[in-house]
Amino acid sequence: MSPESRYPIILSNTETIPGKQIAEFYGLVTGNTVRAKHIGRDIMAGFKNIVGGELKGYTELLQDSRREATERMVEQAQSMGANAVVNVRYATSSIAQGAAELFAYGTAVRVA
Amino acid sequence: MSIYFELFVNFGIPLLVLMVAYFVGNAIEKKHFREIRAREEKVHGFPVISFATLPPDWRVGSAELVTGSVVVSLDYFKRIIAGLRGLIGGRVKTYEPLLDRARREAVLRMTEDAKARGYDAVINVRLETSRLANARKDGRGTAGVEMLAFGTAITLT
Repeated sequence: MSPESRYPIILSNTETIPGKQIAEFYGLVTGNTVRAKHIGRDIMAGFKNIVGGELKGYTELLQDSRREATERMVEQAQSMGANAVVNVRYATSSIAQGAAELFAYGTAVRVA
Repeated sequence: MSIYFELFVNFGIPLLVLMVAYFVGNAIEKKHFREIRAREEKVHGFPVISFATLPPDWRVGSAELVTGSVVVSLDYFKRIIAGLRGLIGGRVKTYEPLLDRARREAVLRMTEDAKARGYDAVINVRLETSRLANARKDGRGTAGVEMLAFGTAITLT
């Protein structure tokens, strides 16, 4: 019994999908999202910042954003007719005070 | 009365915050390390590897991207110490445990997710660090470090 995947197509950060052969390449697919911090979360994180430790609000914010970037990448791959994205990479950049861009990219392929 | 009050406001409160930050921050860090060690023991033996070449006898069933991430920040006391260290240079010891625990936490979250969902190993693990922008221009306000661990979870048949 194979585990239930979170995405409609196969994603992998390896150059091929383990156990499968690549039949066709469709090219680079990307997905991004720019998020700003929520003011309430920021105030809570400010208090948490005094004693240190995990800033849960930010962890969740970045996880949600990264999922959104990944979903956009997946949509783009699906519109090309791909059934997998290989060599997925993530990048994060702080573009302004309190805002960050989350970026996911990979190569759309059809595996058999 | 007023001179004592001013003294208290100017020196007492920052000192108090510094002391609270020191003791509470240390307690939180110790607790986190205890948790990490206990959880690492639970996933002991689950293969988490940083390359994609598999041993020749492994037959892969399904594959999926898995991630684990955490945002952590240093306590106020240790940030001050790190700032002082910045004046003379050298090893910034207060930051080392922070990055260590964040990285181990991120890897653990990824591994626990893969294991809980029935995968048998995680291959090609990559780790990324990114600094979150400060909330205010003067460098104060909230700052954090995000650790991201990601890899390909696989099942073996």
